[in-house]
Amino acid sequence: MTESLKLTVDKRDGVAVVYTDGYINNQGGEEIAKVAYDLLDEGYRALLLNLAGTKIVNSIGISILIEIIEKMIEVEGKLAFCNLTPTIDKTFHIMGLAQYTSIFEDETEAVTHLTG
Amino acid sequence: MAVLKEVELTLNLAPEMEVEACEKACAVAEFMAMSPDRVDEVRMAVIEACINAIEHSSAEDGHLHIHIAVVGDGKPEALQVTVRDQGVGFDPEKLVQPKIEEKLKAQRKRGWGLKIIEGLMDQVRIETGADGTAVIMCKKLVEPRSASG
Repeated sequence: MTESLKLTVDKRDGVAVVYTDGYINNQGGEEIAKVAYDLLDEGYRALLLNLAGTKIVNSIGISILIEIIEKMIEVEGKLAFCNLTPTIDKTFHIMGLAQYTSIFEDETEAVTHLTG
Repeated sequence: MAVLKEVELTLNLAPEMEVEACEKACAVAEFMAMSPDRVDEVRMAVIEACINAIEHSSAEDGHLHIHIAVVGDGKPEALQVTVRDQGVGFDPEKLVQPKIEEKLKAQRKRGWGLKIIEGLMDQVRIETGADGTAVIMCKKLVEPRSASG
């Protein structure tokens, strides 16, 4: 069995960075959503998902990420992703996610965008 | 093209079996010296095909049948992965192409599996009927447009 997804949150001035480590499936997606919605409740309106520790995702997990994107649009917040593997990046483009969220190669670039 | 090497795998139709299946497919892809990025694309496509079967097939035998083959004329040219179930099948005519702008507003945000598989693999064929569904996916060893260059 695969290990469950581990999440680490770094709360900074104006942006919260969520680091994922492991498989983003339905369970992993739900865990990310819970953390994201808790951060929104705390007042954060700029979230960065750093997927450097994630090599596998599935469409159920990504569907939950779409729910987060929808929520961020609703609250007029900003959501970005960084450090995607080429395949996850390609998958996000196939699905059209790149039109509704921002994707960056590295964290520095993403944080600059979110706090700028 | 001839089958140069093949592996058969039968798994329970249960959550996370998709990871077992993709590990085997990726091991064969690595054996034929496919590039890491292309191996990753095979991984994702196999995961999606397995998840579709696990979630929708309702197969009475409770199994997922995977056939992994290295094919080519004398030397490895492509990896072919078939994910087969003996479930209820589906009507391909009723499949709706998911669109992000619609999914964002919809209650149900899922239904991306086939679109992802088709986007990541070089050839995809689906055979479905009352005796089950087979998703037959092919990934060339080298990216088609760079094969001659």
